[in-house]
Amino acid sequence: MIESPIKDEQKVFVTGNEVIAWAALAAEADIMYGYPITPQNEIMHYWTRLAPKYGKKFLQTEDELSAGFTTLGGILAGRKAFSATAGPGTILFQESISMAEMMRIPMVVVVQQRGGPSTATVIYSQQEVNMVTFGGNGEGWRVVYSTSTHQELYDYTIKAFNTAWKYRFPTFILGDGYQAKMRESLVMYKPSARGIELVKPYTVLGGPGVPGRDRLAVHLRNTFSVEEELYEAVMPAQEEYEQMAVEVVEHDSQHTEGAEIIIIAHGVVSRAAIAAMNRLRNKGIKAGYFRPITLRPFPEQELRKAAGHCSNFLLVESALGQLARLVKEALFNVPVERFDTIYKPGVGITAEELVEAIEKNRKVEH
Amino acid sequence: MLTKIVIAGEGGQGVQAIGDILAEAGNNEQKEALYIPNFGVEQRGGVSVAFVQISDEQIGSPKFKSADIVMALSERAVQRTKQFVTGDTIFVYDNSLIAPPEVDDEAIGLQTYDTVAPEAFADAVSEQPKSGKIELPRNAKCVIGIPATDTAQKELHPRVFNMIIMGAAVRAAGVVKIETVKQALESKLGKKFADNPKLREMNHQALQRGTELVGEALAKEGALT
Amino acid sequence: MAKRLAMPKSWHVESKPHKFCPGCGHPLVLKMLGEVIDELDIQERLIFGCDIGCSLLAWDFFDVDSIQTHHGRTTPVMVGIKRANPELLCIAYMGDGAGYAIGSQHLVNSAYRNEKVMVLLANNTNYAMTGGQMSPTTLLGQKTETSPYGRSQEETGNPTLGPEMIAAIAGPGAYVARGTVANMKQLKRFIKKAMENQLAGNGFSFVEALTTCPTNWRTNARQTWGFLEEEMAAYFKVGEFVTADGKREAK
Repeated sequence: MIESPIKDEQKVFVTGNEVIAWAALAAEADIMYGYPITPQNEIMHYWTRLAPKYGKKFLQTEDELSAGFTTLGGILAGRKAFSATAGPGTILFQESISMAEMMRIPMVVVVQQRGGPSTATVIYSQQEVNMVTFGGNGEGWRVVYSTSTHQELYDYTIKAFNTAWKYRFPTFILGDGYQAKMRESLVMYKPSARGIELVKPYTVLGGPGVPGRDRLAVHLRNTFSVEEELYEAVMPAQEEYEQMAVEVVEHDSQHTEGAEIIIIAHGVVSRAAIAAMNRLRNKGIKAGYFRPITLRPFPEQELRKAAGHCSNFLLVESALGQLARLVKEALFNVPVERFDTIYKPGVGITAEELVEAIEKNRKVEH
Repeated sequence: MLTKIVIAGEGGQGVQAIGDILAEAGNNEQKEALYIPNFGVEQRGGVSVAFVQISDEQIGSPKFKSADIVMALSERAVQRTKQFVTGDTIFVYDNSLIAPPEVDDEAIGLQTYDTVAPEAFADAVSEQPKSGKIELPRNAKCVIGIPATDTAQKELHPRVFNMIIMGAAVRAAGVVKIETVKQALESKLGKKFADNPKLREMNHQALQRGTELVGEALAKEGALT
Repeated sequence: MAKRLAMPKSWHVESKPHKFCPGCGHPLVLKMLGEVIDELDIQERLIFGCDIGCSLLAWDFFDVDSIQTHHGRTTPVMVGIKRANPELLCIAYMGDGAGYAIGSQHLVNSAYRNEKVMVLLANNTNYAMTGGQMSPTTLLGQKTETSPYGRSQEETGNPTLGPEMIAAIAGPGAYVARGTVANMKQLKRFIKKAMENQLAGNGFSFVEALTTCPTNWRTNARQTWGFLEEEMAAYFKVGEFVTADGKREAK
């Protein structure tokens, strides 16, 4: 059995799904539970081939309901368990995620967005934002990292395990079918080589000692009898979520000060936003960009600050307003000069179309 | 400097392998490279499309609207790729007269190499092409027909057809060197080559032939065939 | 003189040639189904449901009202239709993943409730459309994308014997059989009997058809038929398990 999968630093050229398998290994994940659904299948294909070499485990379950609940089981048993899904699978995962929210279980799930609703396409979209941020019958106590490059898929998969096990909220790596299937380069590294300490898993069920004799038995439930009990459980959890948010929230923005227009985008579309911003700036147009990296918790304060510099926004997403909904909530009560959108549900967005749209709008104005 | 390349053909022609190796060659030359396949639900059938970008800076989005180079390996692929053609596009297609390109998933190493889960093929173009002449795009910078299949069948071996296309793409794009492509090929098929060195020779010859065919055609100033 | 075989009349001509891979077993099963629909003259009353996976490519296969549903949910949709309008004939078409994994609870419950629908399940021992992952019916030792070193009994138990399971729980008036595309006459007979069982309003009708998938098995023609006729047939016994007169045995 090979000890460490990754040498200290290694430049590679692989697909996004492969990146995730290696990153999970680097994060010292123990077991993956999964079910086939495009476009995340290859995560399982790589994991099942690597697993025996590194003493890792795998189970393909009968469906995504099971994949989610087996993942929770693995975590409660004190192992770093994770899963991956997409589209209709993400819908089925909401049940187990809700249990993780209520019971504060460090669930880690990769979601590779595909078209929706229903089966739609197996290819790409940004249409699972609603589901991954606020799906389920809870209050959205989730951490959602929306990645845009293979380097980020690697970095944030490792970070997701740490975030989940430290703060105990279900944590997601939100990618998409393009990221899953495309090949580009990145540097894989051993986390310790970069000073990243991995949070150790702990056992909830089945720890040492006889329950009732050597230690208290662990009794877990997610059910309450009366309203007040529920309230007393939910409110402190909300407070913990808000405290965690301050430490976990992430965003990226460029040239927002002095900007005449700010492009708002997340995930893979933010690459097009940056490219468009640079092209516009070369033409003398003062474009800036804002990208939430964590969709939950949303970088509300940072966005409001940017709006203070410039509130002429162009929001672009491969969905019909799912990012916009989060942005509008974050900007509540902030005066916004203009809020244009480009919604292309399930369709990729290029820098060219952003540049064209912005130049066209400017002509109309002037 | 960003070069956008589209390769399209029938499933089994090795389109994805060409795209993948081109991207890998770009990456090996320390450039930014990004490759993504087109895929729908069917396991087989439909036109297979590969999108490759090679650049000096980080690449903005995995797909694009207009290509600098289009390689179309079948009649349906010509139809499918017209949408990527502008006045700046070099359009290369297989104008073999003898036979339609050979489709074989077991071909010399290269075509067994499926880079992604087998649902790799677009569902957009399943209607049968009209019989008769292929309608080539009229708005390209230049349209180059190369008899890749015929050359493969007559001079080399039918199964290195897509290596000829690879050589053609390298020459047309001018953005990676043949040497790095050979390296990338070696990393994928090294074992097969070690068992049978003639394979390597044949693949290399095909690469060379591809560059020549495009070179000749470009010298004729992109004459329409 | 060679006999020209025509397409079943109930086939939808505009969707041909179909989208299944060369060598796939689905179109063979669907041809037998088409002939049965013709012979029983049930085009008008029949509702055809298909699932997620390669079965979804049959969504416009027949000149029959059809619906492609969600993964494993075709059975409940057909049950819903039948309960609301018992005049209709309902057939749920799916693969081994859909039927025995994600849809297994629906299969089991529909069988116990003796729903008067028909389930026709194409078993090719893998999740084909998503690229060849292991499925409940993957054979021991068989290599798939998620059992790359071969399925192990210790790790994941034995392959699912669907008709046997349904036979064990089926109610009075059920029909349960397993056929194979290696014996088309017999398969067609089973499909016809299952459909007649529904026409007579007897009970739950279930036919599993052993089918081929050279694309994901990565086999050539000879190997494909070898796998079907030797290895699959050795484990998955072909025959009728439950017939409407209550006889229970595998012939």
